Amino acid sequence: MRLLEYQGKELFNQFGIKTPQSILVQNMDEARSAAEKLGYPFVLKSQLTVGGRGKAGAIQKCKDSDELDSKFNELLHKEVKGELPRGILLEKMVEIVKEIYLSIFLNRSKRCFSIIASSEGGVDIEQTENKVIKEITINGISDEIASEIVHKLNIPMESREGFISLLFNLFKVIVEKEAELAEINPLAIVSDGTLLALDAKVIIDDNSLFRHKDLLKYLHLSDLEKQASDNGFSFVELEGNIAIIGNGAGLVMSTLDMVTDAKGSAGSFLDFGGRATSETIYEAIKVISRIPKIKAILVNLFGGIVRTDLVALGILDAYKNDILKVPVFARISGAQSEKAKELLQGSEARLFDTVEEAINAVVLKVNNTN
Amino acid sequence: MDTKFDIFNLLIGNSNDADYEKKPVIIQGMTGSFGSTHTRLMREYGTNIVAGVTPGKGGSKFEGVSVFNSMKEAVETTGSKISGVFVPAPYFYDAAREALDSGIKLLVAIPEHVPIIDSIKIYEYAERNGARMIGPNTPGVIIPGTMKVGIMPAQPFTKGNTVVFSRSGTLMYEVSYHLSNSGFGQRLGLGIGGDPINGTNLIDSFDLIREREDVDSVVVVGEIGGDAEEMLAQYIIKTNFSKPVVAYIAGRSAPKEKRMGHAGAIVYGNYGSADSKIESYSKANVPVAKSPREVPLLLRTLLKK
Repeated sequence: MRLLEYQGKELFNQFGIKTPQSILVQNMDEARSAAEKLGYPFVLKSQLTVGGRGKAGAIQKCKDSDELDSKFNELLHKEVKGELPRGILLEKMVEIVKEIYLSIFLNRSKRCFSIIASSEGGVDIEQTENKVIKEITINGISDEIASEIVHKLNIPMESREGFISLLFNLFKVIVEKEAELAEINPLAIVSDGTLLALDAKVIIDDNSLFRHKDLLKYLHLSDLEKQASDNGFSFVELEGNIAIIGNGAGLVMSTLDMVTDAKGSAGSFLDFGGRATSETIYEAIKVISRIPKIKAILVNLFGGIVRTDLVALGILDAYKNDILKVPVFARISGAQSEKAKELLQGSEARLFDTVEEAINAVVLKVNNTN
Repeated sequence: MDTKFDIFNLLIGNSNDADYEKKPVIIQGMTGSFGSTHTRLMREYGTNIVAGVTPGKGGSKFEGVSVFNSMKEAVETTGSKISGVFVPAPYFYDAAREALDSGIKLLVAIPEHVPIIDSIKIYEYAERNGARMIGPNTPGVIIPGTMKVGIMPAQPFTKGNTVVFSRSGTLMYEVSYHLSNSGFGQRLGLGIGGDPINGTNLIDSFDLIREREDVDSVVVVGEIGGDAEEMLAQYIIKTNFSKPVVAYIAGRSAPKEKRMGHAGAIVYGNYGSADSKIESYSKANVPVAKSPREVPLLLRTLLKK
């Protein structure tokens, strides 16, 4: 779960990491009264979970009420990578003496966490050569590592103590809130030597949320995602018109690639996992049937532990209850697939022995109806 | 990591052992609905399951297999070094610690949704104890024709000399099915799991078989997210890995910054993209199949050379 900037900053504040004064608003009225409280100038920052908002123009400086009138509504309705903001943060501008990049992230191949720090803040860290990378175990950051970073980053004397305690606090965010990433870019040193996190990017390990009820309020699922999650399968909406349903994340991803290779366009990734029953496939079809752009459903099933005959029954139920409005193309192989095929015989669902045949048929069908 | 860790020796032993191919296995969470279903399937396949552990159910039996209250009792009674962990994710950490404290050397961690920090702690603890974790979020490990510790179906797998390492469960089945149909039986199938942290990663997996004469080729099934394939490609180059390797990568067409079902399958910026993985493999002369069906075709070409 990627937190929005203001949520990440709330978390930072709980851990003693300071941020500039800011107010989150949802409409122009709220924006005007927030502006009065903060005083000009400030920055308008679109609250999004996708990256690259600066480049997309979703962060704007605002020096007076005329600018607020013109810029606020524009930002509120500006989509970045298909996402509308969930509020706009009005944030007091500060006088920056020095900018730093600082992040702690899960280092997958080393199976530990790593710190990246750079004296060039506000940059694309992948492009920067001037950076320090240090591996740390979950037992904590050593004083040696902390002072090495302080020296490499050339932190001014009066800010050193503050920087070290901030570094330790950022690591506390990682361990205590079970984050995969806690990034501050930029971290500003302001004129009195204080350190302020001007941005916050925090990704929480979804699997740990059962231990962090306080973070559940930040969980934001679309209606469809919620319906999927309530029924125990994973779902990602995509841009195309062929819904892909299958058992196993890898198999569904693989199907997606093959559909794309065949010049089709996937409209969903839906994995009902290893414990599919007629109910779960029925619920999966219900989720898909709520997406108007979907023109066909491709079911790719490799039965092993999953009973394919139960999946067939789920499809039949969906026909019976009239929730299936688009054609179904299914490749069903593996355990009980003969029985599954028998069950679906005579229904509107079309069956195929190989996924390649099913994909060719579904792509032909969808591309011809356009 | 102790590179001499011998998974074959642990799973089936040597041909002069009295219990060759019948090494004892304990199942943690055996009496749950998931654990009991798979205990039955594993036994049907030939796995020698000697005990189950469910706190509070000690002294009972499940289809003739003794159930113990604790791992300590189960290990002391059976001498098993292998545990299949079938408990739900929130209980995984405690179950795994108990297993390692009791002398288990191979922990097959089936549950998905294990918190990352728990995985790291168990990985570190296993290392300190000279033990090994497979998973979490793994379908398990199978020696076709002999035994399996995990939830993989039996049908796709046949005996042979190829090994399959996979970050995805169903794709391991699908790829093995195509391999079997083309005459490439498997010596070992190992699911490393779809999580960001794997107790046994791709490099560790390659280490397990690099010296084995009964393995003549390797298929590695990857996916988007992380840098496991990139690191493996470097390893193949650096260590002059000599067996033919064919790769497959799922998720070429997945959008960025979306988790594709697996906790680990997500691309941030260009980190973990399919392009980056394919490029790394190409530097290591590892051909990458476009679909599971293409895997045996590429393998045949390599083996003919």
